[in-house]
Amino acid sequence: MNRLIDIAKNPLTIALVLIAALLFLGNTLSPGFASGGQILRLLIVAALLGIVAAGQNLVILGGREGIDLSVGGVVSLSAIVAGNVMNGMDGGIPLAILACVATGALFGLFNGLGVTLLRIPPLVMTLGMLGVLQGLLVVIRQGIPSGRAAPALSEFVTRPFLLGLPGIIWLWIGVGLLMAFILHRTVFGQRIYAIGSNEQAAFMAGVPVRRTRIALFMLSGVFAAIAGLCLLGYSGSSFANVGEQYMLPSIIAVVFGGTPLSGGKGGYTGTMAGAVLLVVLQSILTTINIDESGRQMVFGATLLVLMLFYGRGRGLRA
Amino acid sequence: MTTNASLTKQDGGGFGTLLRRFPFLPALLIFAVLLVLNGIFEPNSLSFRSLTGLVRTYMALMLLAVAQTYVVYAADIDLSVGAIASLVNVTIIVLMQHMGGGGLSVLAALGVGVLVGLACGLVNGFVVAALRLQAIVATFATSIFFTGLALVILPVAGMPAPTVFWRTYGGSFLGIPFVFYAAVALAILLYLLARTRLATQLLAVGDGQQAAFQSGLPVTAIRIGGYALCGVFAALAAFCITGDTASGDPLVGAKMTLFSVAAVVLGGSALSGGFGTVAGSVIAALIIGLINSLVFFAGTPSHWQNLVQGLAILAALMVGVLVSRRGRA
Repeated sequence: MNRLIDIAKNPLTIALVLIAALLFLGNTLSPGFASGGQILRLLIVAALLGIVAAGQNLVILGGREGIDLSVGGVVSLSAIVAGNVMNGMDGGIPLAILACVATGALFGLFNGLGVTLLRIPPLVMTLGMLGVLQGLLVVIRQGIPSGRAAPALSEFVTRPFLLGLPGIIWLWIGVGLLMAFILHRTVFGQRIYAIGSNEQAAFMAGVPVRRTRIALFMLSGVFAAIAGLCLLGYSGSSFANVGEQYMLPSIIAVVFGGTPLSGGKGGYTGTMAGAVLLVVLQSILTTINIDESGRQMVFGATLLVLMLFYGRGRGLRA
Repeated sequence: MTTNASLTKQDGGGFGTLLRRFPFLPALLIFAVLLVLNGIFEPNSLSFRSLTGLVRTYMALMLLAVAQTYVVYAADIDLSVGAIASLVNVTIIVLMQHMGGGGLSVLAALGVGVLVGLACGLVNGFVVAALRLQAIVATFATSIFFTGLALVILPVAGMPAPTVFWRTYGGSFLGIPFVFYAAVALAILLYLLARTRLATQLLAVGDGQQAAFQSGLPVTAIRIGGYALCGVFAALAAFCITGDTASGDPLVGAKMTLFSVAAVVLGGSALSGGFGTVAGSVIAALIIGLINSLVFFAGTPSHWQNLVQGLAILAALMVGVLVSRRGRA
């Protein structure tokens, strides 16, 4: 019986049940909503969000109010960088990947240095960095055209690649396996949980706290950059501030995945389900025939209700 | 970390003591430097006319920063302040329009506006403090809801404000611009609020929820009070936005939310709660305004302005955090 309750309380179970319920609801409201092709389209969108959320997940797990508000800016910037480097040619893809990863890692490094060496709270540091990134976007946009995706990249994101699934889904599965490996099978992963649950104790135990935290922010930048690259493939060309829509949803996906914002607990499997849940919810709202205002109200209210299913803060006791 | 640290702790130096008593000193220093720099690049920018314009434009951000500060006092955060301001903006615009746009209708609309802000604040307080959801994500969710509500009231931007409204906000009374009366009224209001029990209790809760609870404070009610106060000030900010833009826009406040958080930090308050001043937040809002005008007056090419502003704000945030830490270490 206790085992059953544990399973029922598991964030992953909650997310999966909610996803199934929403798919059922969607299919009732508009038949064909839960068809194979439609689910595939939802998964592609979820993969983009999920890859951003992977980095967000790492930063949050690392604790000390870890959060990365700059991911949206990195996604946008990376899409532009990639578009210009490849400029519609397949041959430019390897270089574009390199350029994106470098961009993401660089801004992650800045965030990490600010948070560790200068001890600026992550929220403040990454908020400031978001402002810088948005300014940089304006500069780049005025100077150079926005660039085009290479055909192979678009195909990778939108066309079936293996077993009927597009490459980006496989990439996301790969990210999921990689995250599980990092978090549960490596020393680095152990260190993340250690500094996330008690930084002082981890430091005493010889964990290189600063280096670990800097690595987390760099990884967050890299994941956001990869998502930006894929987003370019998804939309064909980059347009103004495409990444902004990922900033807070990536945090919500993490929370819906059962990782509390206080850090030190949770993992990525739940976050993947959280990302799918968020995307399915949004997609249901677009299929229902109500106007934008009503859609937003329902979305906001539903998010609040869903949050109730997940860990609420502990009550105060004397 | 406590406001009364000076009573219990032996201080290391005069600077630290000064900072503990006046956490907004670094902000004031940055403000003065920026003012001088503005004067060097464009002497005209220090004219009475220009300064009036600065206050008029950034009054809304000042009020939003104040709103955010009360929530941050208690170690919470409100990512919906911008959405509340938008909602109040469209509410009063539509009400004033419906009631004919006379003086009395303006007053009635403003009254309703304050109530709307208060209601939004209570909703936030309820979901964060009573339902115990995580403040960042919960207030983001309510911000989506409030934005939806604003879109119901006014689906597209553009309905104009009655002439009497923006004429008053932009005009003068006895030779002194209206915004300065508003600024003085704000100063008095903030001074009085700082002496209330709620302000002290918010800081106590921010300093340690468990300790505050164990010493008998109604923590949940206090946090809800903080959000309610925040909602009211967001409504006041909406009045200034309306006076400044003279029209309704269901998305007008969205961009200001993150600036309000930046202003709170820049003003020397700790996001971890329990320490800070509203005066610092007000000064910090003006700092952001001065940075923007300095970047303009320094002759930065137009498409570089955003980047330079972003870098300057990031630098100011870093300096603010680093310096104010010395006061609390």
